[in-house]
Amino acid sequence: MSSLLQNSEFFGAALTIIAFEAGLALRRRFNNPLVNPFLISVIIIIGALYILGLDYESYSLSAQHISFLVTPATVCLAIPLYRQLRVLRENLAAVLAGICAGVLINAAVIFAAATIARLGHVEYVSLLPKSITTPIGMALSAEYGGIEAMTILAILVTGISGNVMGEWLLRLVRVRHAVSRGLAMCASAHAIGTARAMEMGEIEGAMSGLAIAVTGLLTVAAMPLFSHLI
Amino acid sequence: MKFMRQLGIILLISACGELLRAVIPLPIPAGIYGFAIMLLCLCTGVVKLRQVEAAADMLVDIMQVLLIPSCVALMTYWRELSGSLPVLIGASIISTALVLIATGKAADAAIDMKERRGK
Repeated sequence: MSSLLQNSEFFGAALTIIAFEAGLALRRRFNNPLVNPFLISVIIIIGALYILGLDYESYSLSAQHISFLVTPATVCLAIPLYRQLRVLRENLAAVLAGICAGVLINAAVIFAAATIARLGHVEYVSLLPKSITTPIGMALSAEYGGIEAMTILAILVTGISGNVMGEWLLRLVRVRHAVSRGLAMCASAHAIGTARAMEMGEIEGAMSGLAIAVTGLLTVAAMPLFSHLI
Repeated sequence: MKFMRQLGIILLISACGELLRAVIPLPIPAGIYGFAIMLLCLCTGVVKLRQVEAAADMLVDIMQVLLIPSCVALMTYWRELSGSLPVLIGASIISTALVLIATGKAADAAIDMKERRGK
């Protein structure tokens, strides 16, 4: 059985989709941002592989057919941005000011944390792109020699914490404009923050949606300024 | 066939992104080049929105599932990574809070400045 699954072209891909469906079902059942379908599916898959005695390579042999679409999907992020181009132009000053501030603060905090904790270069560059949408963050981490899986985990923790504390924190520090609140949700917590921003209001949701790609692009541009510091 | 053609355009642009990444000696992922090409094609009208949007919306919709296998790779790095896990979680939460405040305040300031100039 184990050797049959080890060489299967389809088992890993099927397991991935079924595990995610299970995660979605749990999210519907509990409706809590801490119950994250992505994280649950990763735990289910690792557990299943462990029980079946399979290693990552045999899973990946099949699951790579799913990963294959990550780059085309990244290309497609241009479509939601294109639909919002007019809104972007109308709010250009706020978008650039807000997101540049966010990107710089993120890099500064990661640099400080990495210095204090004495992290090496690999861990440092893995954490740097942690505030952006996962496909871009993961690819960027790989470009700089980071560990993709570590970047994804940091992106996930970031997204969930931003989703949970975002609205409360923005009210606490009195961010007044809906546009700013939407941008803040996205610059900090990418797509998971955007999902929350959509519940906060229409303007928040729209601004946050277009900011996903902009935050990713600005981080790609800022990365070389910070990557060699450690 | 409509769907096939849309996917064809998206894959072709992805391939161009891949090519640019290979030729240009900058640490920029292929997907970012592809993203820029797609946006340029849409803005110039070389590609119409309706020629790609059905397949594109589907790919963006299933994005999370596409990323799962790369995260499952954690199981191979677990031993080296478990030590830096507290830093990862702590730094992520703290920076998320500070980025929320910085972005919100900076955007607020930009909007106020624009409104004042408008008056």
